Amino acid sequence: MKLTSTLLAATALTSMVAMSANAETIRWARAGDSLTLDPHAQNEGPTHTLSHQIYEPLIIRDTSGAFQAALATDWAPSADDPNVWVFNLREGVTFHNGNAFTAEDVVFSINRAKSDDSNMKELLNSIVEVRAAGDYTVEFVTNGPNPILSANLTNLFMMDKDWTEENDTVKVQDTDGGEVTFATTNAMGTGPYQLVSREPDVRTVLSAYDGYWGKDMFPLDVTEIIYTPIQNAATRVAALLSGEVDFIQDVPVQDLERVASTDGLTVKTAPQNRVIFFGMNQGADDIEADNIEGANPLADVRVRRAMNMAINRDAIQQVVMRGQSQPAGMIAPPFVNGWTAEMDAESMTDIETAKSLMEEAGYGEGFSLRLDCPNDRYINDEAICQATVGMLAQIGVTVNLDAKPKAQHFPLITNGQTDFYMLGWGVPTYDSEYVFNFLVHGREESIGTWNNTGYDNDALDAMIVSLASNTDLDARNADIAAIWREVQDQQIYLPVHHQVLNWGMSDAVGTEVSPEDDPKFKFFTMN
Amino acid sequence: MLIFILRRMAQSLLVLLVVGLVAFAMFRFVGDPIDNMLGQERTMEDIERLRDQLGLNEPFVVQYWNFLTNAVQGNFGISYRQGRPVAEIIAERLPATLELAAVSGAMAVIFGIGLGVFTAIRRNGFAAHAIMTISLIGVSLPTFLIGILLIYLFSVTLGWLPSFGRGEVVDLGGWTTGFLTSSGLKALILPSITLGLYQLTLIMRLVRAEMLEVLRQDYIRFARARGLKDRAINFRHALKNTLVPVITITGLQIGSIIAFAIITETVFQWPGVGLLFINAVQFVDIPVMAAYLMMISVMFVTINLIVDLLYFTIDPRLRADRGGSN
Repeated sequence: MKLTSTLLAATALTSMVAMSANAETIRWARAGDSLTLDPHAQNEGPTHTLSHQIYEPLIIRDTSGAFQAALATDWAPSADDPNVWVFNLREGVTFHNGNAFTAEDVVFSINRAKSDDSNMKELLNSIVEVRAAGDYTVEFVTNGPNPILSANLTNLFMMDKDWTEENDTVKVQDTDGGEVTFATTNAMGTGPYQLVSREPDVRTVLSAYDGYWGKDMFPLDVTEIIYTPIQNAATRVAALLSGEVDFIQDVPVQDLERVASTDGLTVKTAPQNRVIFFGMNQGADDIEADNIEGANPLADVRVRRAMNMAINRDAIQQVVMRGQSQPAGMIAPPFVNGWTAEMDAESMTDIETAKSLMEEAGYGEGFSLRLDCPNDRYINDEAICQATVGMLAQIGVTVNLDAKPKAQHFPLITNGQTDFYMLGWGVPTYDSEYVFNFLVHGREESIGTWNNTGYDNDALDAMIVSLASNTDLDARNADIAAIWREVQDQQIYLPVHHQVLNWGMSDAVGTEVSPEDDPKFKFFTMN
Repeated sequence: MLIFILRRMAQSLLVLLVVGLVAFAMFRFVGDPIDNMLGQERTMEDIERLRDQLGLNEPFVVQYWNFLTNAVQGNFGISYRQGRPVAEIIAERLPATLELAAVSGAMAVIFGIGLGVFTAIRRNGFAAHAIMTISLIGVSLPTFLIGILLIYLFSVTLGWLPSFGRGEVVDLGGWTTGFLTSSGLKALILPSITLGLYQLTLIMRLVRAEMLEVLRQDYIRFARARGLKDRAINFRHALKNTLVPVITITGLQIGSIIAFAIITETVFQWPGVGLLFINAVQFVDIPVMAAYLMMISVMFVTINLIVDLLYFTIDPRLRADRGGSN
């Protein structure tokens, strides 16, 4: 009798141990919460990150930034028609409600993401039609050959057509119309995790989906995710130090040492997909932010080059960023098509040459200029601007710094009310065309929308537009290089650095840092 | 009495309307929500369309009027940031703030009055001096720093108390409470100390000063001469006569505990309306900011009314005067 009960107890114990080995909860914190569960309503980092756990796109990027098949198994331009891409879908995939994933859902989701209220629609501009060619094949018809269509689909999530229609949430979240849609607070994807509960800004709980198609292909060690945004950086770090969370994003640079030197904790670092730079209004005949009447010093390329030479990027890296940045010479991160090491190293500090360039341009006496800078958007943004003020003073440019919250800073750029400003740029498509479309092409209704420099070169614009449909990749890359050459020679922007990402985690958590700052927990290992 | 209340309510309504007007005049300076609402790939056309739909191109007076007419019908709009009704979001968040305010307010009143009386009676004792010195910390250190210090001491170093959040909460038909679980109670300790410390020291110092004043009065001496017990003199006669200013200050402070829990809520990631408001300001979530400011002004006005009514019960002279003039 006694033996039996001991045996029973032992069995119970073993099964408990086995259970805990299988059930691994990760408690995750970052500064902000996802804004909505509707995967097409916001095109924003934290929102996509949460969606990536619940929903899936056709293609994802792994932690190195390379494409990986998700809901599509392979994809290629059609042999018959250069304007068509053919995607073959994964078979045997089910949504969390058991519904099968088919071509119909893809057509539905892409059309939903193309609708007026979707914030994802600009990425799908080139798509004219999506059609199902069988249950597991989808054809994308574009308005001309689009060699990089697939790069625009990595955050484009697939919804269940039936679920969406049954719950009357076909229309994308429509904030202004005063409607609340079902998909804002509910989710039904094919992803590795399903939604258990969610209180916005407080706590979101996800658990592993048993019917996930990739069960044997990914580690999937994490079986439960508890996501709590913690806004205050000091509190976020404290929560990691005290063991209340296992994994945090956005570790402030001044606390990296502290976290790394704590037993049981690790910090992992990788270059982020974001370049920080300054823009200058060089197109106007006269600008408001300076003290020169009737002329615009920024219109002179020698002045722009002099300013570029005055910025000491190594000093900013060491002093302001505590080593957590990579000095940049071009506005593209290293993994972007078109990036070259030579161009990225082109910005060298040289005060003497800078001074003589200023002299040559007729501004030997210097001038004064207002710099608009955000103070809550990029890592140490205001401090970078302050450092720049001191550096530009060395060549006689007296900068008045005007630092504001992002909600006031970005409208200045949108509305063309700033002549010298800081901006950061990420390249979600990993291709230079994206940079040119927004920052180099002359400003128009739907292209060049972030180009506040007044730089407008018709020949270059034509070249930029032609990139979209150039299927000869070598010729296309040659064009990209030529456009970059012009951007660099004209010194349209003053690049500062590539931002670096820091993730802090307990030693038990195993992951690489993704350049998009979007952890995908199916890749995580736990021990 | 009824006329007094009615007149007060009419005044309150006016205050509310003015607060709303000032708030809407200010929103333009907070920033522009459009860039937060649309992704970086937005076109100029998207921007114009959304500005139009949200009515941001209208003069602020028109925006205010639209808000008021909807608010009167109980519709506070949809949050730009979360895409959910503002009334629902605030109702979700309010219990957290009210529970935090209740605990820290109770703590401030109980310890404030107790320590105030103690330091007044034993004003030359070592303990009284020590308390007075320590209380300087409470009034001089910023809330933010106190919060961080408490977190580093009790969460990181000692590991006794949680550094963020509300712990586990129990839902009682729309009201979530942290009073019923041990993790909920634990989570309340650090934020309520952080939030209430300033009020505690303020009340303590006020009670002490008033007590010292009253204890010098003739009627206290006579009471002593009559041979009344110290306890009766200190608490029944002296303390009661110090309470009118204390209640005024406490009333106003309770208002500020709720309204200005913003910093404490941010430090401890306390999911209350203060944190909601700070997020709304960063995002320029106009419907949430407007509703929050209106709610806070209603609250202040109500608290002032209650304080005024309390005077009548505490100070019999007010009642007598009113009775005489009628």
